[in-house]
Amino acid sequence: MDKVKVEICCGTACYLLGAANMMNIEDQLPAEWRGKVEVEAKTCLELCEKENLGGAPYVRINGSEIMAQATPEKLLTRIGELVEGVA
Amino acid sequence: MLNGSTFIRRELMIRIVRAFDSGTLESELDRIPIKLRPKNEPSSRCCVYHDRAILKYRLMALLGVSVEEETDEAKPLSAYYAEKAWSHPGETSTPKTPLSVCGPACSGCPDARVVSTQNCRGCFARPCVYNCPKKAIEVVDGHSVIDQKLCIKCGKCITACPYNAIVKTTVPCEEACPVGAIKKNEFGVAAIDFDKCIFCGKCFNACPFAAVMERSQLIDVLAAMKRGEKLVAMVAPAAEKQFPGKIEQLLAACAKAGFSDVMEVALGAEKTTAHETAEFIERMEKNPKTFMTTSCCPAWVNLVWKHLPDLVDHVSLTPSPMVYAREIVKAKDPDAKTVFIGPCVAKRSEARRKDVDYVLSFEELGAILAGRKIDVIACEPWPVPRPANPTARNYSRSCGVTDAVLTEATSKIPGFKLDAKQINGIDRKTCTMVKLHASGKIPVNFLEVMACPGGCQNGPCSLVK
Ligand code: SF4
Ligand code: SF4
Ligand code: FES
Repeated sequence: MDKVKVEICCGTACYLLGAANMMNIEDQLPAEWRGKVEVEAKTCLELCEKENLGGAPYVRINGSEIMAQATPEKLLTRIGELVEGVA
Repeated sequence: MLNGSTFIRRELMIRIVRAFDSGTLESELDRIPIKLRPKNEPSSRCCVYHDRAILKYRLMALLGVSVEEETDEAKPLSAYYAEKAWSHPGETSTPKTPLSVCGPACSGCPDARVVSTQNCRGCFARPCVYNCPKKAIEVVDGHSVIDQKLCIKCGKCITACPYNAIVKTTVPCEEACPVGAIKKNEFGVAAIDFDKCIFCGKCFNACPFAAVMERSQLIDVLAAMKRGEKLVAMVAPAAEKQFPGKIEQLLAACAKAGFSDVMEVALGAEKTTAHETAEFIERMEKNPKTFMTTSCCPAWVNLVWKHLPDLVDHVSLTPSPMVYAREIVKAKDPDAKTVFIGPCVAKRSEARRKDVDYVLSFEELGAILAGRKIDVIACEPWPVPRPANPTARNYSRSCGVTDAVLTEATSKIPGFKLDAKQINGIDRKTCTMVKLHASGKIPVNFLEVMACPGGCQNGPCSLVK
């Protein structure tokens, strides 16, 4: 199975609006998911422009799926679904 | 940790920077509250109109205006902005009171009480009744009732109840304040007594309604940059790990954002160490029985001045790293304006006394970077002439100053001994500790005090605690 690819936006807007709390998400992964998830810190994903600021922080999953107002909890849940192949 | 209050504050800051840069701030300002809380959409408080009123006050604070000084409720934000943006160039305006309480946002939290809740099952054992030293608890109709006149809020019943039925309610701001400076006024709304306040910023962090606000100099800095003034960013040592990337990348990001030059305040800390060590040795030679306490935490210095007059002579006279950093900047270019960037509310009061032109919090710096689309991790590290030495970079941590002074002193006088104690965070308990040191009951010769537990990186305006 391909690894789940998680791109956390570390652009300054997302960082200020919550991404700072997700920087260590890899350490929060349960042991059995390790090696199945690839986490990368990205520069601005260009989603925070003007009106969409309220949607920050953004995370991109598997190259296309966008998670807005991401939190460590939301992200871990989604990663879990993908790792376990539920969705 | 991020919460709703921090989110909205930062979101507003970023919006302000973006609108400023696109030249539309004056016309947009009064629309922001409506844009963020349109009618027919959910509100955070009773209705969108209340939300909007408070958003207006938040924006006022971001313009540096204090709610307490508001005289005309009908004055639009654009009018406040116009006064700011077109004020006499060169005029700096570090506010006298860096905090402001937004009355309409304050929920007037009920006074602290110990109360029994619905979880009470009126059990047979009644450990609450048996453990209350004041016989304040009775069980009436199968439910425990606490007589508020007798209760001394010791909390014994809280621990005794197996159902977690008894709780203590608090007034978070009052509970957080180490000096009793914030209290509800005759209208039941929190107000700060600025004669007592030491600007530690603890209430600012504690209030769940974000009613305590910082008066920002964000617009002043943006306007000065636009006027073409040379602003030098002086970045506090606490910046380490606050942003992604290295400190040198953060310096580069500042330069990219429009500062004419950048420097680490840790270079100033090196000078503080040298002078403070010499001062300490001199004091000990004069009187080996005395003690000296540190002067770099401005909330601590404010605490001494306002509440502990007996200690004034014990405070080191050595200037703080920020003050030395300013000297370094001014020696290089007397016309440059200085901007201290840190995690601290109280630094704003020190900056005012010491002619530092502006203070920005890490949040405000972050907002400028976000508004200008500068990502720290994408910046090439700034070519610092030399990195500050590690003990100076460590100043922001609890024990950092002690370590620096000890290292310096032992390099001069082999076998030098320091009988040092650290007060790691000011609260009501540690205030008592300080008095014990002062009276000689707990002997010490070097007393390091930091208002924030762990040090500046846990300051009220830090991004990552
Ligand atoms: S914590 Fe203090 S300032 Fe905040 S809502 Fe309660 S009483 Fe008001
Ligand atoms: S800033 Fe500190 S001293 Fe001032 S009112 Fe708030 S908690 Fe009290
Ligand atoms: S900073 Fe995250 S999308 Fe722009």
